[in-house]
Amino acid sequence: MTETAIKVENISKAYRIGLKEQRHDTLGATIGAWVKSPFKNFKQLKSLSNFNNQQDEDIFWASKDINFEVKKGEVLGIIGKNGAGKSTLLKILSRITEPTTGRIEIYGRVASLLEVGTGFNPELSGRENVYLNGTILGMTKKEIDNKFDEIIAFSGVEKFIDTPVKRYSSGMKVRLAFSVAAHLDPEILIIDEVLAVGDAEFQRKCLGKMKDVAGQGRTVLFVSHNMAAVGSLCTRAIVLQAGRLVYTGSPSDAISFYLKNIETVVTSRKVWDKMDAPGNSKAKLLRVEAMPLSKDEMIMVDKGLKIEFEIECNTENQALDVSYNLNNEESILMFHHGNLVCSKEELVKGKYILSVVIPPYILSSGEYSLDVWMGMQGLEKVMEKQNGIITFFVEDAKIDHISVKTPGVIKPLLKYDSVFINYVG
Amino acid sequence: MHPVPHTIIEKKKGLASFSLKEFWQYKDLLYFMVLRDITVIYKQSILGFAWALINPVFSMLIFSVVFGKLAGIPSDGIPYPIFSYAALIPWTYFANTLNASGTSLITNTSVFTKVYFPRLIIPLTPVISKLADFAISFAILIILMFYYGYYPTIKLFILPLLIIIMMVATAGLGCWLSALAIQYRDVKFGITFAVPLLMYAAPVVFPASLILQKFGEKAYLLYGLYPMTGVIEGFRAAVIYNRSIPWNLIGMSALGACILFSIGFIVFRKLESRFADVA
Repeated sequence: MTETAIKVENISKAYRIGLKEQRHDTLGATIGAWVKSPFKNFKQLKSLSNFNNQQDEDIFWASKDINFEVKKGEVLGIIGKNGAGKSTLLKILSRITEPTTGRIEIYGRVASLLEVGTGFNPELSGRENVYLNGTILGMTKKEIDNKFDEIIAFSGVEKFIDTPVKRYSSGMKVRLAFSVAAHLDPEILIIDEVLAVGDAEFQRKCLGKMKDVAGQGRTVLFVSHNMAAVGSLCTRAIVLQAGRLVYTGSPSDAISFYLKNIETVVTSRKVWDKMDAPGNSKAKLLRVEAMPLSKDEMIMVDKGLKIEFEIECNTENQALDVSYNLNNEESILMFHHGNLVCSKEELVKGKYILSVVIPPYILSSGEYSLDVWMGMQGLEKVMEKQNGIITFFVEDAKIDHISVKTPGVIKPLLKYDSVFINYVG
Repeated sequence: MHPVPHTIIEKKKGLASFSLKEFWQYKDLLYFMVLRDITVIYKQSILGFAWALINPVFSMLIFSVVFGKLAGIPSDGIPYPIFSYAALIPWTYFANTLNASGTSLITNTSVFTKVYFPRLIIPLTPVISKLADFAISFAILIILMFYYGYYPTIKLFILPLLIIIMMVATAGLGCWLSALAIQYRDVKFGITFAVPLLMYAAPVVFPASLILQKFGEKAYLLYGLYPMTGVIEGFRAAVIYNRSIPWNLIGMSALGACILFSIGFIVFRKLESRFADVA
């Protein structure tokens, strides 16, 4: 029987959310409210830490009745949408905040990385920050002394180690910070999205380091949006939804559960009311949507997809263009595409739907986001560029067999042409 | 191989026991936090550590003119500059540390909402780091002593005791205020408003003997409960050779400091678990 590393029992966590302020119509009511406001403020601030009356309508359960157990040496992935309660769970596990109800037992030294570079001070040199950040993460001075050279070598900023961190590029800062974190030596490691930093090259290095850590029999809890990373690193995964644990299983099962049941078309479609649609008086963007080519399928590497823009045009005889950038999950610009809605002479007032097909075997599997903007004759801005208007997921062709993403930003359909020459030996 | 630590996480009820062992494990963190404070404070300034002198020295000059010359406040026969400067050194420490410690949780929110470590380290850091400024401002006191012909005596050995009382009192008040300020930001504004006023409650510009004269023996001893009273009067006695050490005041102040520290510590521990939620 393997030993238990973490046992989570009935964990719930309540927060107070701000309720809508009352509005006052008369001067008298406004003055009255102003006089009373210190009392109201006091009540509100005090209630932030008081959950005796659990029926209050402004109480929000960030985690609700969560139970699970992690064995020693397991690498547990935690997946869920933004706001599903992943970070809250990690904060409870790392003792930053205490649960409202429930109990957790932990066997072993814990280090948690909810952020890289916590406590970095821009005025201090890289060397001083390594010590400060290291001790914040729970290392002793002696441990850091012993690993100092390794940390610096891994970060690749040797030359600037005595330069104030404020003179570093953001990439250097992140590399140094991650390097400190990577040299923690706990029995249990809790990691939140730290891989979402740095350039692709550094991310690969981090993933490699994580694989090492996982391979050493350490227990790891790992929260990520990066399904490929969860699939390749974890031995088991749980799915959270609205604060509850909804699925436990192998990483590939958990990922497909997540993609099918939770990561629905909601984020791959954005619709605006006419009132608050982006754009100006000449044209407005009403809808952006990424969809599979046939209704009952998912967007997959081998199936391709379609992107649709719905716009309302309130001008005529102008050169209105709609442009977008497609970025992958590492924020690499895959391509840019922009075209006129139609030729200048043909543009009339009314609604248009523009659709564009991205053929199969171009995009590799993973998450993609779309930045959209509109212009007039290439100069006048009709709609400022909005980043990440929609995001969508491209699935691997054979999700049941391999959920591990093959490296590379594109996924061309390639074949060897093999010609037999002769037998050897 | 270390024994495997076993941690239980659940909602704390009442006052959970304080783990001195855990605090000790993080002593290096306290060290580097203090080092950070001292290194960073005067970075990118021209005068650097001279700023540690400017505040008490200018206060001394102004007090000597306004209170010593114009108002004619008695100073027990001691030249007013050295009389006020001996008080201004501990007072400046107290005021600056209280400001820094009371707002320390607010300024370090981004750290303690991301990582667990004993939160007490945060308000205690300024209590130690401000000793650097304190030590520097001492140089001027030594110059003043020689200028006025007050040569050092054996009484200087009382200073470590006074410094400990001063630190304990400041730490207690700092913990207390920081724990309240993270939930009620009013405390932050309250500190900037109340600290200068508190100076007039301490015997900085007047001697404590004035209280004895005007209000009698009982009031004098009660006044000693305000920890800075004993510290300041002790400082004066330590540097002025013909002034006797006011042991009764110092004793009362030590008691006052212990009371403040206990309250501050208990309040901090009681509120600690929700800092991350209310920050």
